Amino acid sequence: MSGTVESVGEVVGGTGPGGGNGRGSARQLFVSGLGVFARQREATVLVVTVALLLYFGLSNASTFVTQVNAVDLLSEIMAPIAIIAIGEVLLLICGEIDISVGFIYTFAPIVMYVAITDYHVPAALAVILGLLTGVVAGWVNGFIVVTLGVPSFIATIGTGFILYGLALTIMHATPEGVPPSAMSSGKWLGIPGNPWQWAPLAWAVVLVLIFHVVLTRTRWGLYTISAGSNLLGAREAGINVGRIKYGNFMICGFMGALVGVQTAFYTNNVDPSAGGYTPMFYAVIAAVIGGTAMLGGSGTILGAFLGAIVLATLTDGFDIMGISANPLNIIFGGAILVAMIANVQLARLRRAGRSL
Amino acid sequence: MTTQEQVPLAPGGPGPLPDEVLRAEHISKHFGAVTALRDVTLRLNRGEVLGLIGDNGAGKSTLLKILCGFQQPDGGRILLNGEEVTLKSVMHARSLGIDVVYQDLALVNELSVYHNMFLNREEVRWPLLSNRLMRRIARDHLDEMGVNIPSVNVPVASLSGGQRQAIAVARAVFGNAKVLLLDEPLAAMGAKEVAMIIDLIEDLKRRGDVSIIIIAHNYGQVLEICDRVNLLQHGEITLDKLSQDTSVQELNDIVIAEYRRALDERQRSA
Repeated sequence: MSGTVESVGEVVGGTGPGGGNGRGSARQLFVSGLGVFARQREATVLVVTVALLLYFGLSNASTFVTQVNAVDLLSEIMAPIAIIAIGEVLLLICGEIDISVGFIYTFAPIVMYVAITDYHVPAALAVILGLLTGVVAGWVNGFIVVTLGVPSFIATIGTGFILYGLALTIMHATPEGVPPSAMSSGKWLGIPGNPWQWAPLAWAVVLVLIFHVVLTRTRWGLYTISAGSNLLGAREAGINVGRIKYGNFMICGFMGALVGVQTAFYTNNVDPSAGGYTPMFYAVIAAVIGGTAMLGGSGTILGAFLGAIVLATLTDGFDIMGISANPLNIIFGGAILVAMIANVQLARLRRAGRSL
Repeated sequence: MTTQEQVPLAPGGPGPLPDEVLRAEHISKHFGAVTALRDVTLRLNRGEVLGLIGDNGAGKSTLLKILCGFQQPDGGRILLNGEEVTLKSVMHARSLGIDVVYQDLALVNELSVYHNMFLNREEVRWPLLSNRLMRRIARDHLDEMGVNIPSVNVPVASLSGGQRQAIAVARAVFGNAKVLLLDEPLAAMGAKEVAMIIDLIEDLKRRGDVSIIIIAHNYGQVLEICDRVNLLQHGEITLDKLSQDTSVQELNDIVIAEYRRALDERQRSA
């Protein structure tokens, strides 16, 4: 039986001839455990992730290796990146991108807030309305990109601005607390204190696993790859490519809304200046660090998850080291580049090793 | 315009012959003021390999797109096994057993061979793909067709042009195609690859249940593979001969004559 890890390589095309399960081929016998590991797409970024965690863990053990910091790193910083990255990976693979997702993040909790305070919608329903906002925004993105034919980079910059403007206008540019009555309906999305402070991490892990399976083991995943790898060919094979893209925009919108609503509950703050471009860029960088091709056709959700851990570790680790915010940007930018260069070069070595 | 005496067989005969699998009658197609196909009548016998040749712009691609259901003709009719059919879409034509292999092959490079073989007709145990089953069926099918590839698990991107062509053809046959339309299957291929595809087509011929129309430029290759050739010029079939009754020389002469005529016209108008 083919394991999940093996099928990642197959579906996404990460393995070369005989990679993973060259069923009884002589080559297979010579492939060491390390070789099999190195063939996996996620291998290089996993090495980078572990190295970073070791570095910060060993140099700042007393602060880095604590429960408080684990929550900071995994639930507060990593989970939002990982969740949004799921949506961006699917979109990048099928040849699109969503620039507006950070503003869906901004807008969704505002819909929830207005529904509760102005329309007295029950809190649980308002949470769902907030999440649905993301799905609807994703559909609108899909409509503009797929049906009206506007490139997604521009289309979603436009919808992003609109959502941002709506958020600022509706909230009069002022943050508000989450209505206290809603807190019990939203704690399962994540609020400070045990056990719910772990909820964002749990959401991220569960969603990553679900969508990893969707991408590697279902028709949806195959068609997403097909749409990004050979759009015309996918159409000629009779695949409804438009539907796939619509769907992935809606998934991405949902992820943005989920993170927005989660963050509102976690920080007890519905803030029209939350979100924005930063979460989107982090998610795209996580995706790319994790091996997703900017030009479409290939990528993995597990890789993006590791990419999110890398970014969160850098943010959190440098913060703990007491580096102030201004030079942190320099280090952060450099670290992203180093991670990417290492990733690209290791992948090149991996390809070279394969062709031997 | 090429003269009629170059047409030894009258293709637009009274009715379909019993062994005719596909027949296109008086097909015409216009794009605005441009006439791509004037009046094309063409037949394909069961188990036959028909070569469709002609200059760039003669209408080969348009004819192919009509026969595979991608475009609808402005006039004329198509008969499949003697019954008139309206091909509404590529999918519809495919469901009737007419499948096309385009030059770009419609393969997804990033996906494995077996996922490509099953593209859009995957075996699924909802919601998951039955990868093991698909892998086995794909391997058996390719073995049966004599298509040699290292493994069905490798991404299509790692295969050669000929192997990719073979996969695309095998996929169409696998999808139960009875009429196979191949668009330039030998374009940009080395001798070994060409031999491989010719082998594959010979195999299909032996099976006898697949009829093939090949669009090609290289007359030598066409006469090698095909039982019969049709020459398309200015949206009409101007020659219909068995391969054994014609030669590269004859086909070349016709085309060169056409160049000469075009050249004359240019010089006259200049």
